[in-house]
Amino acid sequence: MSSSAKIPGKPASKTTGLHIGEIRPGVSKVDPIVTIDGVSRRFGGLTAVDVEHLEIPRGAITALIGPNGAGKTTLFNLLTGFDKPDTGSWSFAGKSLAGIPAFKVAQMGQVRTFQLTKALSLLTVLENMKLGAKDQRGEKLLYSLFSFLWKVKEVEIEAKAMELLKRFKLDAKKDDFAASLSGGQRKLLEMARALMTDPVLVMLDEPMAGVNPALTQSLLEHVLGLKEQGMTVLFVEHDMHMVRHIADWVIVMAEGRVVAEGPAEEVMKNPAVIDAYLGSHQDTDLGTITGRITLPKGKK
Amino acid sequence: MTLSKSQTGSKYWIQIGLLTTALTLIFGGLFSTSALADEVGADLPYKVQGNVKNEGIALEGVRIVVAGGGYTAETVTDAEGKWLIGVPEKAGYSVSLDQSSLPEGIAVVEEGGAEQSVEIGPSGVVTKNFFIGAGERIVVSMLDQVIARIVYGLNFGLMLGLASVGLSLVFGTTGLSNFAHAEMVTFGALAAFFVTSVLDLPIWIAIPVAVVLSGAMGWGLDSGLWRPLRRRGLGLVQLMIVSIGLSLAARYVFQFFASGGTTQLPGFDSPKIKLFGATALSVIDIASMVLSLVVIIAFAWWLMKSQTGKATRAISDNPDLAAASGIDVDRVIRTVWIIAAALAGLSGVLWAYFRPGIKWDMGAQILLLIFAAVTLGGLGTAFGALLGSLVVGLLVEVSSLVIPSDLKYVGALVVLIVILLVRPQGILGRKERIG
Amino acid sequence: MDWLAILNNTAQSLLSPATMAFALAALGLAMHFGFAGLLNFGIAGYMAIGAYGYAISVLVFGFEWWQGILVSLVASVIFSLILGIPTLRLRGDYLAIVTIAAAEILRLLFLTTAFGDITGGADGLSGYHNSFRAANPFPEADYGFGPWTYNSVELWVLVLGLLALVACVFVLLLLMKSPWGRVIKAIREDEDAVRALGKNVFAYKMQALIIGGIFGSLGGVIYALPSSINPGVYVTSLTFFVWTALLLGGAATVFGPVLGAVLFWVLQSFLSNVLPELVTSGVLPFISSIQASTIRFILVGVGLMLLVIYRPQGILGDKKELTFVK
Ligand SMILES: Nc1ncnc2c1ncn2[C@@H]1O[C@H](COP(=O)(O)OP(=O)(O)OP(=O)(O)O)[C@@H](O)[C@H]1O
Ligand SMILES: [Mg+2]
Repeated sequence: MSSSAKIPGKPASKTTGLHIGEIRPGVSKVDPIVTIDGVSRRFGGLTAVDVEHLEIPRGAITALIGPNGAGKTTLFNLLTGFDKPDTGSWSFAGKSLAGIPAFKVAQMGQVRTFQLTKALSLLTVLENMKLGAKDQRGEKLLYSLFSFLWKVKEVEIEAKAMELLKRFKLDAKKDDFAASLSGGQRKLLEMARALMTDPVLVMLDEPMAGVNPALTQSLLEHVLGLKEQGMTVLFVEHDMHMVRHIADWVIVMAEGRVVAEGPAEEVMKNPAVIDAYLGSHQDTDLGTITGRITLPKGKK
Repeated sequence: MTLSKSQTGSKYWIQIGLLTTALTLIFGGLFSTSALADEVGADLPYKVQGNVKNEGIALEGVRIVVAGGGYTAETVTDAEGKWLIGVPEKAGYSVSLDQSSLPEGIAVVEEGGAEQSVEIGPSGVVTKNFFIGAGERIVVSMLDQVIARIVYGLNFGLMLGLASVGLSLVFGTTGLSNFAHAEMVTFGALAAFFVTSVLDLPIWIAIPVAVVLSGAMGWGLDSGLWRPLRRRGLGLVQLMIVSIGLSLAARYVFQFFASGGTTQLPGFDSPKIKLFGATALSVIDIASMVLSLVVIIAFAWWLMKSQTGKATRAISDNPDLAAASGIDVDRVIRTVWIIAAALAGLSGVLWAYFRPGIKWDMGAQILLLIFAAVTLGGLGTAFGALLGSLVVGLLVEVSSLVIPSDLKYVGALVVLIVILLVRPQGILGRKERIG
Repeated sequence: MDWLAILNNTAQSLLSPATMAFALAALGLAMHFGFAGLLNFGIAGYMAIGAYGYAISVLVFGFEWWQGILVSLVASVIFSLILGIPTLRLRGDYLAIVTIAAAEILRLLFLTTAFGDITGGADGLSGYHNSFRAANPFPEADYGFGPWTYNSVELWVLVLGLLALVACVFVLLLLMKSPWGRVIKAIREDEDAVRALGKNVFAYKMQALIIGGIFGSLGGVIYALPSSINPGVYVTSLTFFVWTALLLGGAATVFGPVLGAVLFWVLQSFLSNVLPELVTSGVLPFISSIQASTIRFILVGVGLMLLVIYRPQGILGDKKELTFVK
């Protein structure tokens, strides 16, 4: 598991050998962190998610792609306890998550961001970050009244938060209300805040949406950096270049089902995927659909 | 944002269990230690009193209920057969003697039976003595009582329905929980009173005039207050608190002009006609039910068939989509306000007959029931609100057979809370999207 | 016109049990709404619990006055639990309707003749003062000066009220400066974001509800301490008046509710004194003095509307830290 994301535009070295046996939807992984079995969710007559079997590999970057309304966000909601499936079971790091409330899922180390950014705009950037930290005694009602019980921890958290903010180039903004941040900066803040929880699995719902190309590059590096630190990343993205660039494994959803999975290059060639995305316009290159990164010439 | 979907069924039941245990503890605990006094509300300004005797012998422990103008109180006679109930207003009240609390073999032998109406006189005190003698008490079977209550409940529910569909439409199209809806109800009654008493016109002219005036009021409120506030971009909670301020201001403006007392519309005391079993309705009651039904059917037709009605439903469904597809949202909302206010005004007139009496805070007395109805049906769905109103109306009336009459609204409010527990989106509502 | 008497009465309300009761209730609402974003429209219910809890435990169970206060506080916690378990998961406006309904249920339960032996029904309760007055540390005398002259019983009530108020302000200050307060403020904005960070949002909201409820209930006790309990007080209008006081001072501040309550009462007592005087002295023609005293409630309503529209953050609030998040 090595990577080199420092040279812009050059694909990071991929983690390989994640699966066992022949590649097909629902293939077993060598070391799955999340396992999903028979999970379905219906909204009235519409089946938003219907996944027979799916495993997310540990220590790798997995992309979840699919056309609008494919059920990606709904699957995220189900996995993180923000929504309840009609049927099925799923587990995280070997523990079944059925019936576990969202906050407990997060405490177990499975932390998510939202498609529609949820920066807490009336808190300052630093307060946003501090909120993410785990095991704060000062967050308990009785302890909170006695500041000497939590002052030390507070200083620790602040140092950690500043370090992360520096990495995300937000340190100059630490005392501003999050409301004053730009859309892209908010995405960064939300990601940084999620990292304050020391997660095991980071789930990012469209981290690039609305982020300008200049910031995209640094975001990509951050995501790769997470893998380097030993975290598992699962992200939803429409930008095929980004997917191709950093994802070790790609899962394709359409109409609630997993229609294909595999390493990026192979998945992109899969006729089922092209069909799901493009219907009849099959001569278009997938990369141009939402592509925002210009890859170096010759890479195509 | 609701997280309704993240609840498991079993959790709901645990919660219901907790809630009901708590409530039974409250109810059970207090009921078991209570006994009734012979004097109730003695410090209230007006009094209804009496002496229950059979051939000169005082009867103790006979239950008397005084009700009217939204106020209910009950007591039992003391060793001398005397009872006294204080009442808050100089108005008409009904006094009823619970014949099942009389000793065997005697009954009220008066024309009109065990329920009589009285009017507080200039002295502020009125005495009501029932003529009691040997006689077969007309035993009303439980079934008959239930049927009678169901009929009254339907009447009450239809009247509530008129008010609540309007509130629900406004909520659906603008997102506003309008607390001042209560004052639109009162306004309708006051307008009718103005036409009948000051202008001295008959009630069948007063009702349409009141409805038109109410509609005009709705139009004025929308164009003078709510539309400018929407333009300013006020949040929903802010708008809700503005409506509370408006409700307070309007309520006391009514008190300013109409004083604190109770007045009546013509025909409020029209005699009850015995229909079947224990069910007796006055001509006014019957007219009220027919009128509500006709208006509600016309309203339903409007909502389903007319261009504006369809647009209204489209806006409730998805305001942005509706606006994008070329619907003039402002115009539809204006229509909704006019219709909501007109319906509320009509329900105010009917409420004035049902209570009976017109008072500055009469709307506020049923505001929570209206909210309960709208919430039960699912906030923002007009037909849900109608269904909710009927449920609330029936619940209030039927439950008063088993719980003390001054607690009859409690049943509806408890059910409101319990329903929200099981089905936060109401009976006909939809869940909303998370994340 | 007797300006001296008017000013005297107005000045008295600066420091009266009613003012302090309002301040405490508004402080509770600040916890609920201002900081945690819980739309509680049942604060009158909490005040009723405080008042009745105190009086009933003294009258029926023969408790000491301080035990009575404890009973009130415990009762308010139980009420918060009963109210919060089903409703805290609901959307804001549902919560508003449910809390207002719950307060109304309580009021009707206190009012009904069915429990009249305990609650006094429509008469309310009185005569629960013996234990409290026996514990009065101040010897029989007149204290203070000018409009603020009190006998020893009044002084005892005031001192106790003031102590309660200062304690609650202090607790709220500490809470909101702590990491706990940070979580609460974050929940007000977006509870899903907070949940995603592993915080038990429901527990935090419940804690906020309980603490604000304790403040409100304490307010109810102080309201009942001087004389008697009248069930006609704990109506929804009381809730709205406390809200007005809160929004006047600034909902998301600690001192705002106190300032708001004081201003509310000063204005109320000024108007209730001056308006009838204006009628009798012929300045306000064509209206009766009863009508004149209605005017002040109309003004409360109008004032509440103007406040929410033009200065939603209140007098002490910060424009940037908008009170109304959603
Ligand atoms: N709460 C809900 N109620 C009704 N339908 C819903 C709800 N949430 C999602 N859906 C439907 O489920 C389907 C899947 O939605 P989802 O948000 O998961 O798609 P997605 O793959 O994330 O799409 P996008 O790429 O546009 O974000 C859509 O058709 C959507 O309309
Ligand atoms: Mg999505």
